[in-house]
Amino acid sequence: MKSWEERLNPVVRDIPPSGIRKFFDLAAEMKGVISLGVGEPDFVTPWRVREACIYSLEKGYTMYTSNQGLKELRDEIARYLNQAFQIRYDPSDEILITVGVSEALDLALRALLAPRDEVLIPEPTYVSYIPCTVLAGGVPVPLPTRMENNFRITAGQVEKAITPHSKVLLLAYPNNPTGAVLPRSELEDIAAVAKAHDLVVISDEIYAQLTYEGEHVSIARLPGMRDRTIVLQGFSKAFAMTGWRLGYAAGHNAFIGAMTKIHQYTMLCASITAQMAALEALRNGLKEMRQMVGQYNHRRRLVMNAFKEMNLPCSEPGGAFYAFPLIEDTGLSSEDFCERLLFEEKVAVVPGTAFGPSGKGFIRCSYAASVSNLVEALKRMTGFVKRVRLKKKVSRPIPVGQEAVPYKG
Amino acid sequence: MGRHREREILELLEADARYTAQDLATMLNMEVPEVEEMVRDLEQRGLILGYRALVNWNKIGVDKVTALIEVKVTPQRDVGFDAVAERIARFPEVRTMRLMSGTYDLAVEVEGTTMQEVAFFVATRLAPIEGVVSSTTHFVLKGYKEDGILIDKKEEPASRLVVSP
Repeated sequence: MKSWEERLNPVVRDIPPSGIRKFFDLAAEMKGVISLGVGEPDFVTPWRVREACIYSLEKGYTMYTSNQGLKELRDEIARYLNQAFQIRYDPSDEILITVGVSEALDLALRALLAPRDEVLIPEPTYVSYIPCTVLAGGVPVPLPTRMENNFRITAGQVEKAITPHSKVLLLAYPNNPTGAVLPRSELEDIAAVAKAHDLVVISDEIYAQLTYEGEHVSIARLPGMRDRTIVLQGFSKAFAMTGWRLGYAAGHNAFIGAMTKIHQYTMLCASITAQMAALEALRNGLKEMRQMVGQYNHRRRLVMNAFKEMNLPCSEPGGAFYAFPLIEDTGLSSEDFCERLLFEEKVAVVPGTAFGPSGKGFIRCSYAASVSNLVEALKRMTGFVKRVRLKKKVSRPIPVGQEAVPYKG
Repeated sequence: MGRHREREILELLEADARYTAQDLATMLNMEVPEVEEMVRDLEQRGLILGYRALVNWNKIGVDKVTALIEVKVTPQRDVGFDAVAERIARFPEVRTMRLMSGTYDLAVEVEGTTMQEVAFFVATRLAPIEGVVSSTTHFVLKGYKEDGILIDKKEEPASRLVVSP
């Protein structure tokens, strides 16, 4: 008889579990850990949003909404996207409200990909892009980015990776895990390649509001790009609403229509409770959102300064709430660094390798933590790095029979 | 630019007065001496009035009585309410004081150890001041929020994941 595992779909069976998982299990059992390992704000959802949601329950808003989501919310999203990012969508058929950006991403990939279609994915990459591509029957093509180029994907890289099967370019800026942002000029070059090779762009802009230098530019805003781009956005990060699971996709009605078709059969609709809360967030929560962004920016500078003092090279993160320093010169691998930092100093960060091979030698350090926690964690990390470096120097074996050679200037 | 910086420093110190000059300098991308100079200047110009801890006295059982006193005042020629207001405000028993629109003029918050003490203060010090027409004393029964901080904070019992994508 076949084993139960053998009955699984081999595609699912062969997907490795998330690299973060192992680390999560380790950290979850320890007490007194300061976590810089989280991909979510340390803020609680603003009270006005929670209060509006409670009120909606009192009033009895507990039913299904339309598949696309509440019309009022879609109207509000259309207005917001136009005001904040100068991208225009018709709320009647170009916006779909989803259960987090995670669902929107899955829908977009499933709507677009036929077997063997290739998806170009900048790496280090958010943990779900590659598995979701595989599950949708596509072939992920990772494009490694480097610290020397501030983890930005280049038009040249995209161009080089093009094959007859290339179909989708998945952009995620501001980026998790690197904090990288793409300035307009570089986006323009990439847009030119996308147009030349007829790529559809899925642009995950969940961190758009958390842009600290200059303004966020959506690739959909560039000439000729609106219709070939699906913009993914949500409420989790900017409004501190991760647990509500609410996101949305905006794009050409052909794409949104196809995504809605999958959504209506698999999800029916996003929770009305979360949608009511989101309505309040967009109508009256922008001020508090901006205050949170201001605070992240202060923390970002604290973290950058600490890494500078630790002498760990780190590309300046222009957005999101992550720093991605190189810890190679401590002599430890990403995993060993994180594991020892956790056991010896009770500080949790995530190994860069959880985000793909090009994260080797790096760690992801989230600064969505209170200033006091952040300062304490960075202090512990500084001590740890010093200790590890010292040990590395001492323990370096002196080759036998080799005399010190006097320096001859 | 300078104005903007000042504002940012004031906002940060208002949120947490214990930030050191070093903390502020890092968070605002400034030099430490520059921050120190700016803070000194803000203190001298009276933009920063002081630094203190917000204490929840009820929790350690220290007796404190607070009253909000609505005071009606006859304004005086040239100085309006200011002369009378200043005479009242100078008493150390007065914690906060504001000129209000509406049915009364001054909202005076007075603190004492017993109700008698506060009542006595109103009867012998505040009410007899020339220009004070009438006063209504409301004793505080319970505080819920102090200067933007919830007093019995029950928030965020939920545990966040230690590591998440």
